Amino acid sequence: MTRIAVVDYGAGNLVSIDQALRVAGADVVLARAEADLGGADGLVVPGVGAARPAMDRLRRRGLVEPIRRWIAADRPFLGICLGMQLLFDGSDEDGALTLGVLPGRTVRLVDAPRLPHIGWNAVRRRRPHALFADVATDAPFYFVHSYAPVPAGPASADVALAVTDHGADFVSAVACGRLAGVQFHPERSGRDGLVVLANFVSLATRATG
Amino acid sequence: MLSVRVIPCLDVAGGRVVKGTRFVDLVDAGDPAELAERYAGEGADEIVFLDISAAPEGRATLRDIVERTARRAFVPLTVGGGVRTPSEMRDVLRAGADKVSLNTAAVAAPDLVRRCARRFGSQAVVVAIDARRIGRPPGEPAAWEVVVKGGREATGIDAVTWAEQAVGLGAGELLVTSIDRDGTQQGYDTALLRAITDRVPVPVVASGGAAGPPDFVTAVVEGHASAVLAASIFHHRRHSIASVKAAMAAAGIPIRPVPEVAP
Repeated sequence: MTRIAVVDYGAGNLVSIDQALRVAGADVVLARAEADLGGADGLVVPGVGAARPAMDRLRRRGLVEPIRRWIAADRPFLGICLGMQLLFDGSDEDGALTLGVLPGRTVRLVDAPRLPHIGWNAVRRRRPHALFADVATDAPFYFVHSYAPVPAGPASADVALAVTDHGADFVSAVACGRLAGVQFHPERSGRDGLVVLANFVSLATRATG
Repeated sequence: MLSVRVIPCLDVAGGRVVKGTRFVDLVDAGDPAELAERYAGEGADEIVFLDISAAPEGRATLRDIVERTARRAFVPLTVGGGVRTPSEMRDVLRAGADKVSLNTAAVAAPDLVRRCARRFGSQAVVVAIDARRIGRPPGEPAAWEVVVKGGREATGIDAVTWAEQAVGLGAGELLVTSIDRDGTQQGYDTALLRAITDRVPVPVVASGGAAGPPDFVTAVVEGHASAVLAASIFHHRRHSIASVKAAMAAAGIPIRPVPEVAP
């Protein structure tokens, strides 16, 4: 059975992602320390809230370098919401320096009619990707956030996998090798969300299989 | 484009969903997790649990309900009722809630909003405002005061002022209930909604008084609500989430289509 480690570094809701991955057919382990990553085929970093306290907690648990090494080795990784934003260099929300595995910054949504951006909104893919297999091209997913990353650098157009409109388009999914990130919450997005998570589990299965 | 959310609200007491005008004529309406799962299947965009007993001994029961629901219904969950401290909020989030709504405790000690927002992020903090219209001389603009303890206690605080203050302290969303309309099926108090939505930048959820699909449309078109909440009309099966969404779509309001029902 494919094992997915879900990083537990705060006080948020992990019940939904745990259950959604189980429904998707994975064996789930909540990772509170580096040792918990051993034997995992895929790594999920969930999270909501601000970047600085999240980075502080990851550091305290000794998880920053293991996560960087995991991604550097091109092993299957999924960042959700804050877990996607942490992949970039830093966040304007509180000035925190984040993991820096993708070039770019997390910025406040521009031209948004209301913030936070809370609710269901269409995720429009710019190219096909296995993460979205069997999901309609502009299917709605559940969002709850005020910030989103802006990929930078020569590969930025390739990194941006999908965009969503809330006053202006922002990047709502990124992918690069076996690394993926989504600004929405697949664990709260009904059937389509479960399909995305099942697709990630399949990617993890294939990567190790 | 962001869809306007349709949210069934489940009033919970003693581990069961109860229905009736809030706090009176309560009738058992079933298991909360089961009902939440059914609504999710019917196209609910979010589920709100309101613990109306809010007794300390009911906390563990509520957490159990939240966790059972989070393991069955993959839609966002908001939980309100009786949360007085950040650590109580943490327990509810860890059980599987995405947002917690603060009401009486926040009015009594507004700093609770700031402490919860700092710790869990504004996106997790909803401030629920129960508002009652106050008598005004003819020609004066309408005004509302905040009431607490389920509408039983007046505070003398202006509802619009409190709304702005709550957002300033870090509330990421407001759940605005008209106590005058709640349970009356006379439609939402759209003037109340508009008075608040014009003054705050965060989403506002309309609550209290929905009788039928046209009321939901009015709350959005005239009240500028970002989401519409109702309890009894869904529990009594008078209207479905699909029929409400159909009326909204016909009025040009963006909605998330309801899932196709398996035969």
